Amino acid sequence: MTVAQLLEGSEAIAEAMITAGCRFFSGYPMTPFTEVLEHMAAKLPEVGGVCMNAESELEAVGMAWGAAATGTPSATGSTGQGLSLMQESLAEITLARLPLVVLNMARAQGDYYQATRGGGHGDYRHLVLAPMDVAEAVQLSQLAFDLAAAWRNPVVVFGDYYLAHTAQSVEVTSLRTKPADRPDWALDGTSGGSGRAKLISPLGSVKRRDDVGYDLAAHYAACARHTSAMLTSVPPLVELDVPAGSEVVAVAFGTPARYVRAAVRQLRSEGAAIGYVRPITLVPFPTAAVRSVCAAARVVAVYENNQGQMIDDVRLAVLGDAPVEFIGGLSLDSSGFGIAPDLDVATLRLRLEALL
Amino acid sequence: MKWVEGREVVDTTGPPEAPARLVDDFTPDLIDVGAHHLCPGCGEPVAMRSILEAVTELGLVRRTVAVFGIGCYTAFSNNLDVEVLQALHGRAPSLATGVSRAAPGTIVFTVQGDGDMVNEGLQEVLHAAARGERISCFMLNNGVFGETGGHLTSTTVLGQRTKNTLDGRNAAQHGYPILLSNLVAQLEGAAFVARGAVNSAGNVARTKRMILRAFETQVAGAGFSMVEILTMCPTGWFIETQEAPAYLEENLGAVHSIGVLKDWQ
Repeated sequence: MTVAQLLEGSEAIAEAMITAGCRFFSGYPMTPFTEVLEHMAAKLPEVGGVCMNAESELEAVGMAWGAAATGTPSATGSTGQGLSLMQESLAEITLARLPLVVLNMARAQGDYYQATRGGGHGDYRHLVLAPMDVAEAVQLSQLAFDLAAAWRNPVVVFGDYYLAHTAQSVEVTSLRTKPADRPDWALDGTSGGSGRAKLISPLGSVKRRDDVGYDLAAHYAACARHTSAMLTSVPPLVELDVPAGSEVVAVAFGTPARYVRAAVRQLRSEGAAIGYVRPITLVPFPTAAVRSVCAAARVVAVYENNQGQMIDDVRLAVLGDAPVEFIGGLSLDSSGFGIAPDLDVATLRLRLEALL
Repeated sequence: MKWVEGREVVDTTGPPEAPARLVDDFTPDLIDVGAHHLCPGCGEPVAMRSILEAVTELGLVRRTVAVFGIGCYTAFSNNLDVEVLQALHGRAPSLATGVSRAAPGTIVFTVQGDGDMVNEGLQEVLHAAARGERISCFMLNNGVFGETGGHLTSTTVLGQRTKNTLDGRNAAQHGYPILLSNLVAQLEGAAFVARGAVNSAGNVARTKRMILRAFETQVAGAGFSMVEILTMCPTGWFIETQEAPAYLEENLGAVHSIGVLKDWQ
């Protein structure tokens, strides 16, 4: 039986990952990711897992790559800056078809492109989940492990400073009904000498019995087919609150969406025809849902705490049927970590009112 | 055969007494395909074979995971009958760490070149050694980036001509070579560190003993183990194939001295 506990987001995510079966974690301290590493270092050994304090983000992702190859549910993460260092490996891990959960406890929302497009080389995509609060982070951190295992693909959980450092009363309950099976591709040495020893490689894991080297063209084509199947099969998640006849539809994700939602509901209670949409999966983007509620609007208003990145995906969804306006903008305190002065219901209200 | 320092060794100073046998005759059990695409005179296949023989002789075949870096030797990563995890250039030690820590019963070794281990991934091997990671790292050191066609690496010796040091490496512009094994031997977590070579039958045999000792170190849980293996690269050295063993001795081997640098018990 579980009970509700008052947990900071970082600790709740750590608890949720372990509940989801995570048994290997590696990281390098960086605000606001640091506390996730602290909690994993304390909690993982209690369940027989391993947490490695890597010498840099390059090795953190490398260690997680090696652990993932043994079939151990594994995760790593950082802040966007640290994830920049990891991009080369994250691209290769994806092309090697390995499951991995990657946390980005970001500063503001400037890493939307990094998370959804990736900064690495090659034809790959990651699934991206963006929780709005601690309770949702507990759910999505677990879902991330299931999706990673099901699709043999990295899954990014895109949080932020507020999520990492806000405490909320949550219950960490397992979403899984039975333990995951050990995957048949996992390395442990036992297939050695069988004539069919396993290989896991970003260059292709199919051995060529008649020749040396890799058939890269065949491998990259197979990866592209896999990505395509993943993006069309994983159901997009979205929170919709758009009454019929809404003239303005506001779109936001992550922590800022809570402020946007509050401003929208205030305005609606005063008689405004306004709705609110929150993509929960950023990849796959809830294109059909966004389109269906935005196409008839007079104007679509996108809020992000950056210069405008998700707005591209909203425009691709709306496809010109309604004008898409940006009402966000980078707003940070002097540390650059969070506490954004413009992230405020009164401020957002004014920006939305200007469009009504 | 001749006698050197009281030991019988194959004489490699002159032409062999018997005609050479086909490379296929030597295909060890753990390589799937007899052929390889490496250049004539390359030392890497001999080094690779020695590593695989050691895995077999120590009865470790069904416990072993090999982690490959990126270089000419990467051609073997698709042909081995031991489990293989292919890493990025320079990153094999951190992947090997992840395998070893997540699956503690496995025997894990890396195969990397000098460009991979000393240039791109120097901090990886140093930290893995400092942690006393229970892995064995094998560095095939030919003093050049062989796969790109013979370019300067961090182990290229002073005076050596490469495609991007046409007048030879000079210290003022290119700095000095890094003697990696000597560096690693300084670290507390490193239990066994040695440098061998494959330019003569005697050195191949000696290097094989070093490789066996590296695996023994890992099996005993004594700490990090590493063998640097000097290999010939006549293509990247721009010399005749048959000159390569002697060239290795006089250039690379004269700076990166062969021998056991650290041992335990």
